[in-house]
Amino acid sequence: MSWGCRGLTVRYGATVGCEDVTFEVAAGTVAAVVGGDGAGKTSLLRALAGTARPAAGAVRRPDERRLGYVSAGPGVWADLTVDENLRFAGRAYGLDAAELDRRIGELLERTGLASARDRLAGRLSGGMRQKLAMAMAVAHEPDLLILDEPTTGVDPVSRAELWRLLAAAAAGGAAVVVATTYLDEAERAATVLVLDRGRELLAGTPDELLAATPGLVVEGTDRPRGVPSWRRGARWRAWSPDGSIPAGSTPATLDLEDTVIIAQLAQDERRRGAA
Amino acid sequence: MRPRFTGGPPRRSPGPPRFTGGPLASAEGVTKQFGELVVVDGVDLTVAAGEVVGLIGANGAGKTTLIRMLLGLLAPTAGRVRLFGEPPSRRTRSRLGYMPQSLGLYKDLTVAENLAFSAAAYGSTDARLEGELAEVRDTLVRDLPLGLRRRAAFAIALAHLPDLLVLDEPTSGVDPLQRARLWETIRASAEHGAGVLVTTHHLREAEQCDRLVVLAAGRVVAAGSLAEIVGDTAAAEVRTSSWEAAFTALDRAGLPVSLVGRTLRVPAADPTAVHQLLAAAGVPAEVTQVPASFEETFVVLAA
Repeated sequence: MSWGCRGLTVRYGATVGCEDVTFEVAAGTVAAVVGGDGAGKTSLLRALAGTARPAAGAVRRPDERRLGYVSAGPGVWADLTVDENLRFAGRAYGLDAAELDRRIGELLERTGLASARDRLAGRLSGGMRQKLAMAMAVAHEPDLLILDEPTTGVDPVSRAELWRLLAAAAAGGAAVVVATTYLDEAERAATVLVLDRGRELLAGTPDELLAATPGLVVEGTDRPRGVPSWRRGARWRAWSPDGSIPAGSTPATLDLEDTVIIAQLAQDERRRGAA
Repeated sequence: MRPRFTGGPPRRSPGPPRFTGGPLASAEGVTKQFGELVVVDGVDLTVAAGEVVGLIGANGAGKTTLIRMLLGLLAPTAGRVRLFGEPPSRRTRSRLGYMPQSLGLYKDLTVAENLAFSAAAYGSTDARLEGELAEVRDTLVRDLPLGLRRRAAFAIALAHLPDLLVLDEPTSGVDPLQRARLWETIRASAEHGAGVLVTTHHLREAEQCDRLVVLAAGRVVAAGSLAEIVGDTAAAEVRTSSWEAAFTALDRAGLPVSLVGRTLRVPAADPTAVHQLLAAAGVPAEVTQVPASFEETFVVLAA
């Protein structure tokens, strides 16, 4: 079973959220949607979750009771305790009392929130709040789990725990969609969709994206001349579109960060050419 | 009256002569206690001219409190803080560029007005906006996309040519190309002699720093280059045809397992023990020892 969209366009008045985006996520896998602020990630996720109406295109998603969605932002009821938040979410998804008790016990344990059970959600740290929001979204073991930047602003320890939770949902058979600005997170996903200004920039498995990157990435201590370049630490990296090695540089091991930077550079080049 | 921007190369702001020699900023045995609670516990840290130092830690590790003491906004309970060789003061403040996570811009002012305000506060006169920022000079900050807002905050924090830059999560929320461009600016400042102290939650960004200081529960638990900190920390890598079953077995056993594609990794775990655990759960798998990533090392250090 897989979920997703075809040719999806979302508009807010005259503003385009995303345009002509096709995306698919299979049961038991994690798909990452990558892009910066304004790339169209939230529009895609909202359309998948059914909270934004497509201006064009088709969306395929499970019944809303089989869907879990964590929007960007707090996502929890600040005036309710951790336990009350989980109960509220579980009841909204129709879990019966016995099932609810079992799931809440399990989720508190897994998220490390057991000791904060009676604390108001508004008094949790950012990382704990995100874990609670995710626990609420998976309480009913959804078929499709949609997470909008769950790790932005979250410290590395909480981030590792959040990824363990979402991987556990996929291991249990859920299709998981996670939006992120971090490519080291995208590298862990089975498939990656990179959005830029509302449109698809790249799509595929991490290995496919690396294999399809044109030319060669080189690195050196000085900024290579005549080719697009960017910093990595004290050193420079550069993209040689024709595969030649600029003076003073050596071939580097390509990673997803390079691949996305190159795709953005190539697109900027095309835009300038068209203008 | 509004300061005018006349263009031309930026000049160093007027004021006391530039500090030379010794670290730009230092903390020696710095402790901060709020009542019974020890938030920063005997921390040593230096930032020298021309280097980029990354301050890494989980929430509550004491990063913000430490930075507030370095900036002179908070007095240490014990230990000594020095900025440009003297205690933090108004005088040292003018040689500092600080960019908080919230960016510290006035959203109801334009980019140029924010720059003018900051220049007036620092007593610097020459500052200019270049490229895309020049095009949006008269746009209200609230109407800018996040990437440009961040670049404006950078330009403003750098306008008075500070000797020490303190950046809190400088690239949060922007795409990889914008992130690379922001780092180009940070590295250029360091190459021109500024010292830079950066906090980040994005551990891949630790690669951008010359030196790292890792804080956990108020103490320095590791310091040095990325390679030095990772050292020989290892992870167990699990390859199996049924990652779902393997993940569930390792997760249930309470191991900090992570999923990478269809491969599983368990930092600081003994491969033999992982293999036995999986065999007991009836999951055939190949388990090897691999070098840990910085993120995995950090999680082990922070535990």
